[in-house]
Amino acid sequence: MTILQIIFLLTAFLTLLAALRVVTSPSMVHAALWLILALAGVAVVFILLNATFLAVVQVAVYIDAIAIMIIIVVMLTRGAVRGQGHTVSKTWWAAALSALVMLTGLLVMLLQAPVRGALPPTLPLDQEAFLERLGQALVDVNQYILPFEVASVLLVAAMVGAIIVAWPLFVRRGEEER
Amino acid sequence: MIPLSWFLIFAALLFCVGLYGALARRNAIAILMAIELMLNAVNINLVAFWRYLGPEAVSGQAFALVVFAVAASEAAVGLALMISIYRRRHTVAVEEIDMMKW
Repeated sequence: MTILQIIFLLTAFLTLLAALRVVTSPSMVHAALWLILALAGVAVVFILLNATFLAVVQVAVYIDAIAIMIIIVVMLTRGAVRGQGHTVSKTWWAAALSALVMLTGLLVMLLQAPVRGALPPTLPLDQEAFLERLGQALVDVNQYILPFEVASVLLVAAMVGAIIVAWPLFVRRGEEER
Repeated sequence: MIPLSWFLIFAALLFCVGLYGALARRNAIAILMAIELMLNAVNINLVAFWRYLGPEAVSGQAFALVVFAVAASEAAVGLALMISIYRRRHTVAVEEIDMMKW
């Protein structure tokens, strides 16, 4: 067992533990903090896969933006779910059953995959040259410009939509109508 | 060297933990967090396949970046909906948000 394998196993164990706490913790603030640990573990996995740029994006987008946004909304909606005793719905066993069935199916499929024992080939380019290629491919007319532009339009639409949905003015008007 | 299957099994486990959370939690914000976990598992798969099967192609990382953008928009709209619903109904428990249930 090499040092990389030990690092991967430790990271995977910690990430899964944090993910389990995210879906079971009764306190939403604790769940959000465990979510940050799980996201950081995924960033470490990206580094183990030589995708350092994606690891940086993971920290910048997920931990910086999304996790902080989730914590702020958790604080804004404190005490929103009454009956703190049960954090999961009455049909949690059905959810657990579906997750288990899904896991079994995925594992059976993975164990039959022909590439399951593949070892990583040596990287054909160093990180800097690869990043340059990735950046050019994202805006290349013959490659990924369409998904790239659609993603930017989606981000703008989501931003405008989020502002409109959370706008306080509409709430007041809605309550007057009631 | 880490075999590819380790990453795939890890991603499958992470996805199923997220699936359980998305289906079982009562708090809508917790459901959003579980969905973020599932999106992360998908990203691990994309990057692992890029590293092991086609490191000279950029497709794996390009699609992972698109997943990042989709996750960010989904979180923004979802959390704005939570704030709006909380203002009107003073709850974010999913079984109490049933205006569209017929």
